[in-house]
Amino acid sequence: MLGGMIAVTMHKLVPLPLAILFAVVLTMIVGAVIEIVFIRWLHKPSVLRMVIITIGISILIREIALHIWGESVRALPYFTGSSVSSINLGGVYISSQVLWVVGIGALAVAALTAFFGLTMLGRQMRACAANRDAARLCGIDAKNMVTLSFVLSAAIGAIGGCVVCPITYVQYDSGTQLAIKGFTVAILGGLGNSTAAVGAGMILGILESFSIWVLPTAYKEAISIAILLAILFVKPSGIFGSAEAARLKEF
Amino acid sequence: MLRIKNVESGYGRLKVLKKVTMHIGAGEIVTIIGANGAGKTTLLRTVSGLIPARSGEILFEMKEIGELPPERIVFLGCSLVPEGRQVFAPMTVKENILLGAYPQYRRKRGDQVREDLERIYGLFPRLRERERQLAGTLSGGEQQMLAIARALMARPKLIMMDEPSMGLAPLIIKDIFSIVTRLRAEGGTVLLVEQNAKAALGIADRGYVLETGRIIMEGTAEDLLSNREVQRAYLGRDLDAEGTM
Repeated sequence: MLGGMIAVTMHKLVPLPLAILFAVVLTMIVGAVIEIVFIRWLHKPSVLRMVIITIGISILIREIALHIWGESVRALPYFTGSSVSSINLGGVYISSQVLWVVGIGALAVAALTAFFGLTMLGRQMRACAANRDAARLCGIDAKNMVTLSFVLSAAIGAIGGCVVCPITYVQYDSGTQLAIKGFTVAILGGLGNSTAAVGAGMILGILESFSIWVLPTAYKEAISIAILLAILFVKPSGIFGSAEAARLKEF
Repeated sequence: MLRIKNVESGYGRLKVLKKVTMHIGAGEIVTIIGANGAGKTTLLRTVSGLIPARSGEILFEMKEIGELPPERIVFLGCSLVPEGRQVFAPMTVKENILLGAYPQYRRKRGDQVREDLERIYGLFPRLRERERQLAGTLSGGEQQMLAIARALMARPKLIMMDEPSMGLAPLIIKDIFSIVTRLRAEGGTVLLVEQNAKAALGIADRGYVLETGRIIMEGTAEDLLSNREVQRAYLGRDLDAEGTM
């Protein structure tokens, strides 16, 4: 929401790529500020406590956004082409913006996988997630890693918001729905595995679209919650995650 | 190398360490023995910075470290192998070892890491075999080796080990203790905390006996081994029964 809204506002002043860049950077700064103000000083915060704090902050930000931007629905223009143009891919007509979404999504996943798997900084972040005290004993500044994780997720959120908002539009309260879907997809794929999350996202999207055949359209949004509950009951490690790998993680 | 003076520390309202004073010289293996709950782990956690010392001073190479966070203390060259191994379970063995080398990268000694890695694999050939395995899937002994390897990658001047023999088979304990003596032979300094008093005193130069948060005895390893009190309380010898025989 924040990413999309800032980009829309900035687009009145600067060209699209610059507006998006500005939105992403500004959202990253907001992420860092939230962590430094609300989380950093906590002594050994539990995951639950951080979740509750961040949900509270998200409500606060939503209300602030309502004050700044009002209730009106906005959108960025399509990155290429327009809302009525489409690209013919083997007989299927696809909006060019959808290709942007898929492409940038793939790029983000590839970048994240490389970052967490190959760089020292990415490994440090994983080490902190796995065992905070042991990470500190290796000389890793755990608090900085938490800040970095907030900045990183803010950046991903902002990029996602900018890319989808030409299609989905953006409003002061968009994001809550996405958060539930995002969470469902993350659990469905297996927490901490971004490639699997993409696969799970495809599955969820297809299920939602086809559900219209059997259920009234109004139930479309309920699908993701139903899946979330089902997966938590039946296979909490996610459909792509191995139970063994999940057992080694701490949350 | 390490000098602890009248240190007090604990958790919340509970004071675990009461005026603990001790020292470790360069090139020594010093052991702290004591029963469950005597404060051995608390002492190591305090020195490594995981728990702040309430009073007293902790000097590492003449520098006060009582107030520093653990990540700074590691940079100074004082590493802890924590109780219960604490490896990064969802990460591979090699990643675990390389994370241990993080202080080396920060000191701009990244070029030594490759060489150190070879040295570590020389000490623990098993870790090389299991390089790509997730650390959480290793056996207890292998995890202990990994925890020691990770700490050694920082090139510590002083390495502190908290109960490295805990829950391990006797044969593996022997392996790990021979590594400890080898570290001393290579010029390292080791502070070894153990419940397994006999094994620990067997390789140590000096020892301290910790009981309910106080140092009640100190001396060379031989003196402690032959001390009747230590024998009765920590080495499991029943002197009364022997006397009547």
